Amino acid sequence: MAAKPTFSQEISNLLYASHGNPLKTCIQCGTCSGTCPVAEFMDQTPRRLIGMINADLKEDVLKCNTYWFCASCFHCTVRCPAGIDIADAMYAVKRYSIWHKTYSEDLVGPTFSETFVKTIARSGRSYEPILAPTYMFSMGIKEVLQEAYMATQMMLKGRMPVLPAKIKRLDNFKEMIRRIIPVGGAE
Amino acid sequence: MKKFAYFPGCSLDKIALSYNHSSVDTAKLLGVELQELDDWNCCGATTYFHVDQLLAYTLVARNLAQAEKAGLDLVAPCSACYKNAYFTNKYIKEDPDLAEHINFALEGDDLQFNGKINVHHIIEIFVNEVGVEEIKAKVTNPLEGLKVAPYYGCQIVRPRKDGENLENPHFFEELVEAMGAEAVDFPYRLRCCGGSLIMTSRHAALDMVRKLLQNAVDSGADVIATACPLCQVNLECYQLQVNDEFGTTFKMPVMYFTQLLGLSLGLSKKKLGIGSELVSAVPVLK
Repeated sequence: MAAKPTFSQEISNLLYASHGNPLKTCIQCGTCSGTCPVAEFMDQTPRRLIGMINADLKEDVLKCNTYWFCASCFHCTVRCPAGIDIADAMYAVKRYSIWHKTYSEDLVGPTFSETFVKTIARSGRSYEPILAPTYMFSMGIKEVLQEAYMATQMMLKGRMPVLPAKIKRLDNFKEMIRRIIPVGGAE
Repeated sequence: MKKFAYFPGCSLDKIALSYNHSSVDTAKLLGVELQELDDWNCCGATTYFHVDQLLAYTLVARNLAQAEKAGLDLVAPCSACYKNAYFTNKYIKEDPDLAEHINFALEGDDLQFNGKINVHHIIEIFVNEVGVEEIKAKVTNPLEGLKVAPYYGCQIVRPRKDGENLENPHFFEELVEAMGAEAVDFPYRLRCCGGSLIMTSRHAALDMVRKLLQNAVDSGADVIATACPLCQVNLECYQLQVNDEFGTTFKMPVMYFTQLLGLSLGLSKKKLGIGSELVSAVPVLK
């Protein structure tokens, strides 16, 4: 029987289709962490996260907020001297954590992403008001009031959708999704 | 008249309606027709890719296939839509296996994609297809004295597409100067606005917005010009929250570059959707 893949091999497999170099080629220079505009809010910097993946520290990797705090700005990716697509690696760990439901519960990102994708699977278009509950619960009263005030102002300026938009050929669209993912989301 | 398949994207339907109108009208004045793509769907922003890559590429490919069917290159005004469309197009062209999977799914909507089109961001249409010199020649209402911070953000420059200048691009500054305005030296012009972290990691994103606004103020800018609806909303609509969180007093207008371009070409403020901002741009526009 074949040996079970290690955590770092699992993440590498998720990066199979990526266009960068393998995480194993990381030289731990820290250019990514120095470049990252969100690094100061992360439990672990991008450099440390890659080191931790390479060292198979699965639990430590999955419990940190680093990859869900990546804003997809791709600044690390374009600067990495080892040619690793670091932002894409963050996506790979995000997918891993969604599939295995291993993300930390106080994070908004995973629920937000899943709700967003389900909204698209139902209508073909995004609709902001449906997304609001996924992040409002994490806020205090003051923030909720600010959010409501902003939404009202935008509505008055004609910038907030009242009704959800829908594409015309929705049945075909759902059939397309079924051809990729046979179950879930598109009923 | 040059013609492109125009993929406005979900934000331009409502939240960034002024970007939508100002893009179409300004392009038309410069001899470019933007024909809206038939029955387009959401590009998925970053979220499709958090859940499943193949699903993400397929849903993006549906828009590409419809542009190809119309025999036109695709143009997107939103940086996230652009990035997704650009790389999906590139990867399908490079990977026959991916193309086969995607085309099997596209059959569900009687579509197919053969990788015969190119994808552009709308700023590229103005800079490359029309050209800065041509724009300069057509400006009737130069924005003299207006100090503009050209904000590139992320995805119109990153990830790398070709041999472009990633660390020190100039095209946005050139476009602003062509309008007769002054492009101020804005060191944070390539720094991320926080994107969707504004919804998922609020405090981090507000701090990212604060740093950008402060940098624009320090640069002496009257207004920030953007080429992305998410950047516009984060930088403009969240100023209230930033001011509350950090005790700042920002009141910096944030406009789409197409609105400024439209003004310089003589279009009316109303037509360009100026007045729908939460931080009014009127005081800085003569």
